[in-house]
Amino acid sequence: MSGMFRDVENFDDFEPDTPFVDPVASAPGPSRVRTGVSASMTSEADPAIWAQRIHDIRTSRSEAAFVALFEHFAPRIKAFLMRSGADATLAEEVVQEVFSTVWRKAHLFDPSRASASTWIFTIARNKRIDMIRKHRRPEPEDLPWGPENDPEPAEALGMQQDAERLAVALAKLPEKQRHLIEKAYFGDLSHSEIATETGLPLGTIKSRIRLALDRLRHAMT
Amino acid sequence: MIAHHLTEPLLMAYAAGTLPEAFDLAVACHLSLCDECRATAESYDALGAAVLDTCPESRVSGDCLEATLARIRGEAPDPAPARPIKTDAILPAPLVDYVGGGVEDIPWRGVGMGVRQAILKTAGSCEARLLYIPAGAAMPDHGHRGMEITLVLQGAFSDAHGRFARGDVEIATEDDDHMPVADISGDCICLAATDARLRFKGLLPRLAQPFLKI
Repeated sequence: MSGMFRDVENFDDFEPDTPFVDPVASAPGPSRVRTGVSASMTSEADPAIWAQRIHDIRTSRSEAAFVALFEHFAPRIKAFLMRSGADATLAEEVVQEVFSTVWRKAHLFDPSRASASTWIFTIARNKRIDMIRKHRRPEPEDLPWGPENDPEPAEALGMQQDAERLAVALAKLPEKQRHLIEKAYFGDLSHSEIATETGLPLGTIKSRIRLALDRLRHAMT
Repeated sequence: MIAHHLTEPLLMAYAAGTLPEAFDLAVACHLSLCDECRATAESYDALGAAVLDTCPESRVSGDCLEATLARIRGEAPDPAPARPIKTDAILPAPLVDYVGGGVEDIPWRGVGMGVRQAILKTAGSCEARLLYIPAGAAMPDHGHRGMEITLVLQGAFSDAHGRFARGDVEIATEDDDHMPVADISGDCICLAATDARLRFKGLLPRLAQPFLKI
């Protein structure tokens, strides 16, 4: 492992050749990637697009949807892992593990309880613990969902929109404040150093999750 | 009704995935019993996703996608998990995992005065253990190194900070004078996760150390 906590500016030093994502393009989003999915379907303005991609994997094992997810999220996950201390090779190994899990567990994604990017983040976080920090990740008791307690489409869409707004709000925070949050997630702060005055609208997302949990609890009894 | 909850920094660190395993276990057990904290933890998952979304991208090699595609072409969906099986009335699901069974399978060892403990295998220098305190008995001051998270699983105990019953967590630091006494009405079982990275400072906790094998 080369270089813990390397500066963000140094990412490109590690890059292997044959990139398939244009590093010059500054606008994130699916519009510039080769996915085999029609451009009209990949409108970046639609926050539900990634949840739809996961749904497509679930219902039709769609490789095009899988590639679209990979091309959007893999470069971010790789950057996140390298920022957390992994070298490029290990980061790509973890990326493979993450996307294999996305493929195998697409049917477990509950869009009323998490946005697509939240669900993918939790998979990447757990793989980081497993493969880089090398310990088990105890998870709370599972609350699976199924056809009998299918989420309302409006709730699912609301969750995707709220998550999108949260990312926008994070990007708009004063740099110092944003860096503190990032450091907590990259593992640069211990729990006793974490300040949770984020100044971000987490309350609406929390309320939505509460509703989803209540629905699942109700279905279990 | 749970009265004592986890702190926001612990929930955020759990979502970030940066806690020691023993603390992850204590948090996962509380979240299994407390939907309020679970919703908070999952909202911090959403914040993690926002951090991921705003990460500057790092180019991924074409080989990585090709290798991933080759791999998933041979992979079927994981079987859907069955409805959570109520495996144990006392131990939440993550603990059933660590104990390898229910409350009757805990490998208790007596540590004196009727108090029993079972150390759980976790990575790193932090420790997780189950404690059994007989009804009405006092838990000797066991001298925290750093922070200790105690989650009540059965019965209740009281100390200077209040009364703690099933699902409640007490978060004590090194400075806390911590002498829990179990309720007289029943034996108390707790999960305690201790941050052992800090060292004993005083003489008294040093003497208690061999007694509790911590």
